Amino acid sequence: MFSFDLLLDVVVAGILVGGFYAAVSLGITVAFGLLDVVNIAHPAFVILGAYGAYVANSRFGLDPILAGLLGMPVFFLLGALVYRVYYTSFEKRGDESLRGLVFFFGITFIIEVSLLLQYGVDYRSVEAAYVGETIALGPIDLPFRLAIPCAVALALTVTLHLFLSRTFYGRAVKAVSQDHLALRLMGASPVRIKALAFAIAIATASIAGALLIMIGPVEPSVGREYIGRVFAIAVLGGMGSIGGTLAASLILGVLESLTSTFYGPSWALAVSFGILLLVLAVRPAGLFGR
Amino acid sequence: MVRHRRPGIRTRIIVMALIATFALWGATAPAALAAGPIKIGFGMALTGALAGNGKAALIAMQMWAEDVNKKGGLLGRKVELVYYDDQTKPATVPGIYTKLLDVDKVDLVVSGYGTNVIAPAMPIVIERKLAFIGLFGMAVNEKFNYPYYFGIMPTGPEPLTDWSKGFFEVAMKQSPKPKTVAIAAADSEFAQNAAAGARQNAKKYGLRVVYDKAYPPPTADFTPIVRAIQATNPDLVYVASYPPDSAGMVRAAHEIGLKPRMFGGGMVGLQYASLEKALGPMLNGIVNYHFFVPEPTLKFAGIDAFLKTYQERAKTAGVDALGYYLPPYAYAYLQILGQAVEGTKSLDQKKIGEYIRGHEFDTVAGKVKFAPNGEWAKTRVLMVQYTNIEGNDLKSFEGPGHRVIVYPEEWKSGAVVYPYEKAKR
Amino acid sequence: MSGRALLAVAVALVAVAVGLTRVLENQYYYFAAYVILQYVVLATAWNILGGYTGYVNFGSAAFFAMGAYTAAVLIKAFGAPLPLLVVGAGLVAGLLGLGIGYLTLRLRGAFFSIATLALAVVLQTLIVNWRYVGGARGIYTIRPAQVPFFANYVELLFVVMVLLALGALATAWWIEHSWVGRGLMAIRDNEEAAECMGVPTLKLKLLATTVSGALMGVAGAPFPYYLTYMEPTSAFNLDYAINSLAMPMIGGTTTWVGPLVGAVLLGTAQQVATVTISSALNLLIVGVVVVAFVILAPEGIVGLVRRKLGKARA
Repeated sequence: MFSFDLLLDVVVAGILVGGFYAAVSLGITVAFGLLDVVNIAHPAFVILGAYGAYVANSRFGLDPILAGLLGMPVFFLLGALVYRVYYTSFEKRGDESLRGLVFFFGITFIIEVSLLLQYGVDYRSVEAAYVGETIALGPIDLPFRLAIPCAVALALTVTLHLFLSRTFYGRAVKAVSQDHLALRLMGASPVRIKALAFAIAIATASIAGALLIMIGPVEPSVGREYIGRVFAIAVLGGMGSIGGTLAASLILGVLESLTSTFYGPSWALAVSFGILLLVLAVRPAGLFGR
Repeated sequence: MVRHRRPGIRTRIIVMALIATFALWGATAPAALAAGPIKIGFGMALTGALAGNGKAALIAMQMWAEDVNKKGGLLGRKVELVYYDDQTKPATVPGIYTKLLDVDKVDLVVSGYGTNVIAPAMPIVIERKLAFIGLFGMAVNEKFNYPYYFGIMPTGPEPLTDWSKGFFEVAMKQSPKPKTVAIAAADSEFAQNAAAGARQNAKKYGLRVVYDKAYPPPTADFTPIVRAIQATNPDLVYVASYPPDSAGMVRAAHEIGLKPRMFGGGMVGLQYASLEKALGPMLNGIVNYHFFVPEPTLKFAGIDAFLKTYQERAKTAGVDALGYYLPPYAYAYLQILGQAVEGTKSLDQKKIGEYIRGHEFDTVAGKVKFAPNGEWAKTRVLMVQYTNIEGNDLKSFEGPGHRVIVYPEEWKSGAVVYPYEKAKR
Repeated sequence: MSGRALLAVAVALVAVAVGLTRVLENQYYYFAAYVILQYVVLATAWNILGGYTGYVNFGSAAFFAMGAYTAAVLIKAFGAPLPLLVVGAGLVAGLLGLGIGYLTLRLRGAFFSIATLALAVVLQTLIVNWRYVGGARGIYTIRPAQVPFFANYVELLFVVMVLLALGALATAWWIEHSWVGRGLMAIRDNEEAAECMGVPTLKLKLLATTVSGALMGVAGAPFPYYLTYMEPTSAFNLDYAINSLAMPMIGGTTTWVGPLVGAVLLGTAQQVATVTISSALNLLIVGVVVVAFVILAPEGIVGLVRRKLGKARA
């Protein structure tokens, strides 16, 4: 059944969710797009962030977004540590293709199963005053549950973009992806810069996780749906481009929303993966790629 | 770079020896001891998707074993439960049941929880001609037609339509009569079966189906689905879903302001204490199925004592705190097995099977009699309406008055409040 | 060992397996052995693409499930006998491998791996929506009542799996010792250099993906009979993906012996764990062991043994 109101609602919901997808994909854009580290464990870190927010919320009554922010330094350190292991074990030896992938797959697994053992398969969610309310703007309904994460995600995206383009370290990160030697000549250590960038990428997972659990209930295997989504977005957006990531996220969000409502939710998940396969086959550089 | 020499002969020998040692170690898994207690074997979901219910069921089953042993056991011998975790994975079932029967040498077997783990065990029990009671399997025996399979689930002889019959019958008794229905079902075995039954019932009562879609179980966001349903303006909304989706549906319906005349039907999970607590007053007005509620019309023999003991244990075990859904039936299926063993004074599978076929049993889940196809002779799927739920704590749900039984007639404990909007308050 | 000697060993093993079915009544061991042998096939298949060629496949479950569902369809539509199921499953899964390879192998290895992840999800969605195989409701496959030569169907499944495992190992052995294997390893070590030296990299990669996929499908062919009730979640289970990757990594990826070692060790350990300790924990252990091996002992057990022997000799 088709009506203009319904279509509008669906598109708006898609945009809001798409904004959130950007928050999740930023980490991949940095790690994979700029650093060439195929971190398929990123969604698992997001889930870890979600559970972190859950614990902070249920045990201490903290607002989830606050919990996400507080978790960022912890995740930053975690990311730096993971990168160290990755670098010494694989990147230095030039072995990163096979073993690096397996390493991250193993990490995904360990995170997922540990959460499973600790918290079980039950879905967890957070309680916050504004979740469940909806605000009406003219003909459009904006559920806070989606609008607030979208707003936070946009803020995160803008912040990251400013960091990469305006600060010394940010530009160093961009440089390291293009030319190691020039960077050394400028006096910065490529390995330290890469570790910094990767740590930042994992830190974003903390916030992304908090947003995720605000949008809907979470259980350990939810991360798997996001693996395809984030890589589809990273590839579609053109690796390494923050603006591209945002655009791709919005597109994916709207497409998923339309498919889900008009064709049935069974197909929504296949949309992101289908896009991924299509883009890889047709235009691997993505929309904004270099 | 690694050198790619082929491993020499010595390497191969050592490696083969390692393999052999491991294989032997695996093969000498603990073998069973003979005679003594009567051993009842089964697989149960202690981890995996259905672990919450599986663990609750196990508590009930252990309670049964203790109660029986306190009274002297079965046929003068103690009973012992031998079980393994099937991880809610069908692939483990053949191995588990053959281990139980061939290595542990159990005397009797019962099933795990759910169709997915009952069905793979069927060929084994059929081949060895065992009496087999299944816990909450949906129409498992339709394909096998095995005379000694008995299903513990109050659905009745026609499980597909019995599930939703109550919902539609109650709806059709209201005025103005509803004309349209929306059906939303999870893309998994039980929900699709329930949806198929709902469609048949809709046809029977002349309702027009205006929305009929399935969604994949890992859906997290139900607002698109509810929006699409809302757009078709249905009188009735029948949902067949599993616990996480049921919660998602209720929340989404609340957020969007879904306004059918009756909402609910086949949502699994609304019966769990944890979900009831989480959803709280959002449940008011929903008419959903249930198998047991603490209403005064359902005072079965021994159920109060059972619930009291169960609730004590559930506190520390981290399982469903109230135990109104699966546990009474897990206790009951062992009760039936035990009564059959005592009734035939033997462990002969055929005699036990025939006994179960021909008798009515008194259990904590009420009187149970089986139809020829192994399902219950009479359906007892209850339709309850949630009312008077004030807050998000267990107190709001304890005791009678919160889940009014509106169907079937013989167990009714109150009238349905219709339409849904009126009942929401 | 020469090819002839290995062939003799293989024939002897088959004879032993058949002889065993005459003697050993206990069905449990056949079920357990079936699962372990199934993993031997999966691990060996994975390694052809992963260990020999250097392309990581995260979607083993997709190929396995395609094989299983192809078999289920053949049984339902034609009542086809087991050999035909194996051939059919292999063909379909092989074509799937060819297809996914064609789409992504011209790009970097990382993209291939991500595509395999995507593949599993897309396929599962398709199967779940396909009414003919029961969709989410699953499909029942009743075992034939009459079993030729063996006491019951389980023994037949066991022997079939022994044959399939030996076939997979033979395939891996042949590839390793032929020009195909040398080409694949050249690709693994440095694809650009191989290309420059005239190795037909794309063709070889496609061959490896097809063979690997086909073998995984073959492993899935008897699955409907093994389980009798099959539904998408069990066929597409993550276990298959993680195990078919962990077993070669633990056993050793450079030769055909590695996956065999890994499959037997890890498979047996998991079977024992299922009937003893908590089973969710055993998955965690697998993950930790894989990461440990990939960091500390990238050549697997075979590599470790080799090094020990090398040291002893020196």
